Amino acid sequence: MTATLFFVQALNGLQFGLILFLIAAGLTLVFGVMDFINLAHGVQYMVGAYLVAAFSAWTGSFGWALLLALPSALVFGLLLEVLIFRHLYDRDHLDQVLATFGVILFLNQGVKFVWGAAPLSVSVPELLSGSVEIANGLLYPVYRLAIIAAGLLIAALLYVLVNHTRVGMLVRAGASNASMVSALGVNIQRLFMVVFGFGAMLAGFAGAMVAPILSVEPGMGDNILILAFVVIVIGGIGSIRGAFLAALLIGLVDTVGRSFAPNLLRLVLDPAAASQTGRAIAPMLIYIFMAAVLFFRPSGLFPVKR
Amino acid sequence: MNATIKTLGLAAAVTLAAAPAMAQEKLKVGLLLTLSGPSAVLGQHARDGFQLAMKDLGGKLGGRDVEVIVVDDELKPDVAVTKVKGLIERDKVDFVVGPIFSNVAVATHKPIVDSKTFYISVNAGPSNLAGKSCNPYFFATSYQNDQNHEVLGKVAQDRGYKKVYLLAPNYQAGKDALAGFKRHYKGEIVEESYTPLNTLDFQSELAKIASMQPDAIFTFMPGGMGVNLVKQYRAAGLADRIPFLSAFTVDETNLPAQQDAAIGMLSGSNWAPNMDTPENKKFVAAFEAAYNTVPASYAMHSYDAALLIDAALKATGGMTDNKEALRAAIQKAEFKSLRGDFKFGANGFPIQDFYLVKAVKRPDGKLQTEIAEKVFDNYTDAYAKECAPTN
Repeated sequence: MTATLFFVQALNGLQFGLILFLIAAGLTLVFGVMDFINLAHGVQYMVGAYLVAAFSAWTGSFGWALLLALPSALVFGLLLEVLIFRHLYDRDHLDQVLATFGVILFLNQGVKFVWGAAPLSVSVPELLSGSVEIANGLLYPVYRLAIIAAGLLIAALLYVLVNHTRVGMLVRAGASNASMVSALGVNIQRLFMVVFGFGAMLAGFAGAMVAPILSVEPGMGDNILILAFVVIVIGGIGSIRGAFLAALLIGLVDTVGRSFAPNLLRLVLDPAAASQTGRAIAPMLIYIFMAAVLFFRPSGLFPVKR
Repeated sequence: MNATIKTLGLAAAVTLAAAPAMAQEKLKVGLLLTLSGPSAVLGQHARDGFQLAMKDLGGKLGGRDVEVIVVDDELKPDVAVTKVKGLIERDKVDFVVGPIFSNVAVATHKPIVDSKTFYISVNAGPSNLAGKSCNPYFFATSYQNDQNHEVLGKVAQDRGYKKVYLLAPNYQAGKDALAGFKRHYKGEIVEESYTPLNTLDFQSELAKIASMQPDAIFTFMPGGMGVNLVKQYRAAGLADRIPFLSAFTVDETNLPAQQDAAIGMLSGSNWAPNMDTPENKKFVAAFEAAYNTVPASYAMHSYDAALLIDAALKATGGMTDNKEALRAAIQKAEFKSLRGDFKFGANGFPIQDFYLVKAVKRPDGKLQTEIAEKVFDNYTDAYAKECAPTN
């Protein structure tokens, strides 16, 4: 049973990690390429979830809702870029943090104003609503497997996009030295806008994918934003590859650690103390992990060369 | 009544035009509720319940015109204290009704009762206010916090569950909930699991539950956490195999989001919307018509709070000056509570019945909890005996 339990927890960790990756990918690009700290990135995740909730209530189908939510999330991201963020690129980090924090407060209240404070629910699409039996009596929802598949697919797409296309080349160049790219005659403003809009769409996609399994509520992006920052710091700021690996590691360390830390501690402590300490240690694990990674590799696993 | 007539006469003597306004100064009631943040829906139910009662009572309490002042505590004790000072010192309210959360209740208790203003809780019932720190100015129309959890502990014990898995968020109320459950449950607890507050993904807990195969699980997951846990528990195929016992998790504030996933799940409560009294039927129908949602117990408690104030003021002839008389009138106020049997214990908390309730889908497609069986009859909370009468 322990082996199957471990397998299931690893799947959970993978699924959690992939969602984190979708959010962190945009964040790391925006931070790495534009040197812009966008705290409001988590809000875009929330907006994605709300959009899919609204569209699925309207169309009655999750598929259509997802198709409509993606371009809407993109447009919303671009709108934020043009209206607010564009004016902050030349400011220092403190100004960016303050302004984007204001955007968080504004949008959290905004969704409450439009959709109310009560959590919304989105039903799992009919096609993916079943579960598969992994081991005796242990069911795993198909929808979560679909999230894993979608996450891996997006990761592969991103890999091709960043490493084998012209835009991707510019993005990588921008991450290394933005002013040099600009000096070579590339419209850096437009590149920034593309990167930003794309990042917002990925975060929106993550929000849309989790809407059926989590509740859609104001402030849902705030906690995950912290984890996304942990991911990009571990992965190396500006590195998609780093974000991918770090997101999976964080997902696994968090999920598996929570589940097995008390069991491992039981080997050295008595059961009551083990479960007490396990509870205390489990939430810290990812931060301990981050500290350890940064101790050995201060600029993350895959630092972008500058 | 005499005093009213005297005031009226005096007012008439001064100026005829001003007489109606001065004849009876408006009674002021402050509603202190959580109306923003993820838990705002609980406060909204309580606010709407009180306002519905005001409508049903013709806008008057004990024959006096009423001014209701609604403030949002933002679920922040420090903010709540500031707003309470405003209610007491600026608005000079006669009653504070609320709050939803115990941390707010504990923080605001002292400023309110010290000013000799009556504090009527419509949900929060922390153990210290029921026990050692009980106060003649504090009443609750709800329950002591542990009691709903005790219902499930008793049920688990009576049904002979041998192994139970406990799950709660890692904060004070979560720990209190599990302690409440254990008061009557004597079987084995295979795991006492605490998740970080505001955890929304329970998949790894569910895998542990499935591998441990307990006879039942008991949980306390209010708000969005409860919505997710219930949906994920159902999706993992556990709902039909391992009974799901909970409190404040499957209720009318969460059911609209939980939908069919919650059907059949068991909970503990002092009331349910299908309670078969004429007053309750009328209340539920009116609430649904006005707010388009099935009322939760928070709405019932604050509706009752309005009835309580109304009855107490009728007994004192609308007078609030003689605090001792008003206190006595509240203590033994005669009103038809929506939940049926109701009376206050010496500590200002109700002595009432508790039920096992079950989530069901009504013929019109809305979900609500319905009474499955009575678990405790005229039940007093465990802390009442610590409340010294001299306090």
